[in-house]
Amino acid sequence: MPRTVRDVVFVDGVRTPFGKAGPKGIYHETRADDLVVKAIRELLRRNPGLDPKKIDEVAIAATTQIGDQGLTLGRTAGILAGLPQSVPGYSIDRMCAGALTAVTTAAGSIAFGAYDAVIAGGVEHMGRHPMGEGVDPNPRFVSEKLVDESALFMGMTAENLHDRYPTITKQRADEYAVRSQEKAAKAYADGKIQQDLVPISVRRTNAEAGETGWGLVTADEPMRPGTTLESLAGLKTPFRVHGRVTAGNAAGLNDGATASILASEDFAREHDLPVKMRLVSYAFAGVEPEVMGYGPIPATEKALAQAGLTIEDINLFEINEAFAVQVLAFLEHYGIADDDARVNQYGGAIAYGHPLASSGVRLMTQLARQFEEQPHVRYGLTTMCVGFGMGATVIWENPHFEGDK
Amino acid sequence: MSNTAELLKGAAELFPDEVVTSAHVRHLDLPYGAGRFALVTLDNGFDHTKPTTFGPASLANLNAAIDQVEAEAAAGEIVGVGITGKPFIFAVGADLKGVELLKEHKDALAIGKGGHEVFKRLAGLAVPTFAYYNGAAMGGGVEVGLHCTYRTVSKALPAFSLPEVFLGLVPGWGGCTILPNLIGADKAVSVIIENSLNQNKQLKGQQVFDLGIADALFEGADFLEQSLIWTANVLKGDIAVERPAIDRGEAWDQAVARGRAAADGKVHGAAPAAYRALDIIAAAKNGDLQQGYDAEDLALADLIMGGELRSGIYAFNLVQKRGKRPAGAPDKSLARPVTKVGVVGAGLMASQLALLFLRRLEVPVVLTDIDQERVDKGVGYVHAEIDKLLGKGRINQDKANRLKALVSGVLDKAEGFADADFIIEAVFEEIGVKQQVFAEVEAVAPAHAILATNTSSLSVTEMASKLKNPERVVGFHFFNPVAILPLLEIVRGEQTDDASLATAFAVAKKLKKTAVLVKDAPAFVVNRILTRFMGEIQNVIDEGTSVEVAEKAVEPLGLPMSPLVLLELVGPAIGLHVSETLNRAFPDRFTVSPNLAAVVKAGKRGFYVYSAENGFKPVLDPEVAALLKQGDVVLTEEQVRARVLDAVAQEIGLMLDEGVVAEAQDIDLCLITGAGWPFHLGGITPYLDREGVSQRVNGKPFLEPGVASVPA
Repeated sequence: MPRTVRDVVFVDGVRTPFGKAGPKGIYHETRADDLVVKAIRELLRRNPGLDPKKIDEVAIAATTQIGDQGLTLGRTAGILAGLPQSVPGYSIDRMCAGALTAVTTAAGSIAFGAYDAVIAGGVEHMGRHPMGEGVDPNPRFVSEKLVDESALFMGMTAENLHDRYPTITKQRADEYAVRSQEKAAKAYADGKIQQDLVPISVRRTNAEAGETGWGLVTADEPMRPGTTLESLAGLKTPFRVHGRVTAGNAAGLNDGATASILASEDFAREHDLPVKMRLVSYAFAGVEPEVMGYGPIPATEKALAQAGLTIEDINLFEINEAFAVQVLAFLEHYGIADDDARVNQYGGAIAYGHPLASSGVRLMTQLARQFEEQPHVRYGLTTMCVGFGMGATVIWENPHFEGDK
Repeated sequence: MSNTAELLKGAAELFPDEVVTSAHVRHLDLPYGAGRFALVTLDNGFDHTKPTTFGPASLANLNAAIDQVEAEAAAGEIVGVGITGKPFIFAVGADLKGVELLKEHKDALAIGKGGHEVFKRLAGLAVPTFAYYNGAAMGGGVEVGLHCTYRTVSKALPAFSLPEVFLGLVPGWGGCTILPNLIGADKAVSVIIENSLNQNKQLKGQQVFDLGIADALFEGADFLEQSLIWTANVLKGDIAVERPAIDRGEAWDQAVARGRAAADGKVHGAAPAAYRALDIIAAAKNGDLQQGYDAEDLALADLIMGGELRSGIYAFNLVQKRGKRPAGAPDKSLARPVTKVGVVGAGLMASQLALLFLRRLEVPVVLTDIDQERVDKGVGYVHAEIDKLLGKGRINQDKANRLKALVSGVLDKAEGFADADFIIEAVFEEIGVKQQVFAEVEAVAPAHAILATNTSSLSVTEMASKLKNPERVVGFHFFNPVAILPLLEIVRGEQTDDASLATAFAVAKKLKKTAVLVKDAPAFVVNRILTRFMGEIQNVIDEGTSVEVAEKAVEPLGLPMSPLVLLELVGPAIGLHVSETLNRAFPDRFTVSPNLAAVVKAGKRGFYVYSAENGFKPVLDPEVAALLKQGDVVLTEEQVRARVLDAVAQEIGLMLDEGVVAEAQDIDLCLITGAGWPFHLGGITPYLDREGVSQRVNGKPFLEPGVASVPA
């Protein structure tokens, strides 16, 4: 039977506001599954043209698939969100690139013809599920020196990346972080972020954390507008004495969820669904686990090669800011300036936060908004580094592209 | 300190053990830049198994929260105030434990006023107020929301009611006054009167919205978020809340009249609460809220100091607490598992029992009888009932298949009962027959199997006496209709052991029945009291009082039906049979009425005939009238009533002396759950106490003061 690969489009994406992990964080008493359920429900409300019965799959990522992030979240979240019981779902894990992988995996199935429309997203409640909860690394990793001992500690891998790029100083990383906060504050002021946020009701019973009772979260908690170089200069470098990585030039520990709708382009057009981005290519690549922040570079190489594009063809970048150094390494590799206007226009994870497996869809949602505003741009990419030495890149085409008019 | 705060402080001193509800105030930014908002969360600090209630200290907390938001609203710091509950619970109303402690009319009045004074401040704030009914809302919980400008309700809300009339109160914190003014008298009467009198029927979220009590309905998954988004839209003017106009014309009076008819049909004027509520609803037609609140205060205080409410709370606690933890039941760890049930007999009663065991225990159930035709008929009945459940959507096809596969019928007891753990007989009421059946069963059943009898009047001890293992015989007396009446009298024979009894109680719990432990005494509890009661009615008729006067004499009790209508339901032949049994046991107190015997002999199914021209009201059957041979002693209604109540009080006193049950509470629990005797009588002993009958007959009340009455 002959098959035709079908175009896959990003229909819409939303996310919860991101919170700070920990006892005083806004989501401390909120379940992880409830976060992703509310994101899915908002997506459905925003896209009444999508008959829930026609959703073929719910792919939800989480890094720590335990407790309220366990129990095959894609299936349980679908039922909790009120999707028909006929809609299946599964869970997915590629650590930080969980939601991104949910998107690419589902997209691959759409292209193959197995699905018409899917929900893909991710959640990470790092307050309820701290990084490394319940892990049991095989002792051979160390005994056979399969990976460096620092590989499991993301902050250390970031220090290692600074070593690989000696020209990326703490000063440059801090400057980058300040710009991220500034751009995020401006994006908020311009109302570019809020339109894709799902308000979340949150309960607090611990008076030490603030006013008790029910509240409503409508904005990201981690943001620090007004951050200055001076305020960052004095921060501790917890991963290495006299190191370069601080809480100020890295994403924090966060709670949050994202969800998106992907569909074949034909299905989207037929059902009058928005077409915000068209998938061009995607690729994943492995690198030495102890410099996992290098991952986006080979992943992007592969994705560009597949698409027959070069880096010059890419005019908008959404790079996950797990660490400033990881973005800077990418930019340095491609000869792009640290403050290039095409990169992370709304700021990034240093400001908004990085609830591991949820972040990929945040990048896409923001890129989609930028495509809409900038019809002169034809291609953009979303990329992120992944724990244990990986990178992930998706290249998108702007359906609003107006050509060289 | 404000007057309200002082009032509540005084009330709180009378109720030191209150589970206090906090009123947390938290501020948030509404979506769409609609402004700063204060959200009040009612929360008693426990999970949903201990619902949030309002006692005086709780009201004081809400009052203090309103102090705060009132100042913020006046200062323009907030654009609105919301109120919601902890997960799964909004608030379930006044704390009844505090109500029980009240001894003085003035203290009762303070409770009513306290609630009003706090709640009505919500309507007086400088900004709009919103109630978000997120979960169970009852009584004062519903009412606090009614005082708000707007309401939303969760589709997942499982229970919403104004149950006051059910207990013997009125919705007195604004319910009687605001609700008819919000949704019209017709719907308000349904909620306040009819639902309450209909076994405290609860509304679900969708119905709360459909009735117009709530302005918006949202699904449970993100109820609060959607409510707050809706709030933002209302405050910005993007959503206009429209409510249908209220018909303040004749429809209002008709609704009240309908409510009175419903109350008459249920309590026959015997309990005041519904009528007091209807008076306030009737007066609310003029829209004067304060006048309504004052009337509510007074009604609450009067009712709190009255016997009906105390009886109502007592009865409610019997059903909710004692009914779930039966007095005198052995340790439940002694109970043996029941994995297969045998039913001896395949007649209607036996088939009903088979169906009940099947549905609740979901284990194999085997019917046996003396011929294949009866067995087939019994199994056929069960199958037909399962199909009815399937047709109504109460069970799905898979469940129907499962249940049908579990029920079977055999002729050979050895085949059917060899691996049964619990075997119940429902054969002819004749001691010799039952002994024979048990002997046959014992010969084939496992040694551990419980042998239960559904006898209504025979001695369980005697039935067991000829067995090798009499310790495993228990009485398991259901009430007709088996599927509806909750009571199960569990009878301990003289030789019944604890393990068998514990197994019987464990089975009763799975059957969702209210089990009461009863000594092996003639006719046990309900039938003995009902027979004495009916016997006395029959006696006065036999002696010369008219049927009409005899029947009317007990109307003020507000029983579910008159004595002779009940006799018709039971069947005159069965009534006669039980009276003969009890006459043999207690010939000095239980008579066998010659007139009843004549009616039975004539093949009559009752004393009354019904016809369309009489509106299907009972009219004495002329053929029965011709049969009656009466004396010439004519009593008044009062005399009849005194005689009947004296007899009942005497019988209950004797039963307690004999140790038929542990306490008077068990008698009441039996009468409420087995005979449908009303809450406002508290079963019967609270009524006998407050009417002075107990004192007159037995020289003492059945219950200590305060148990079902105003404490001393």
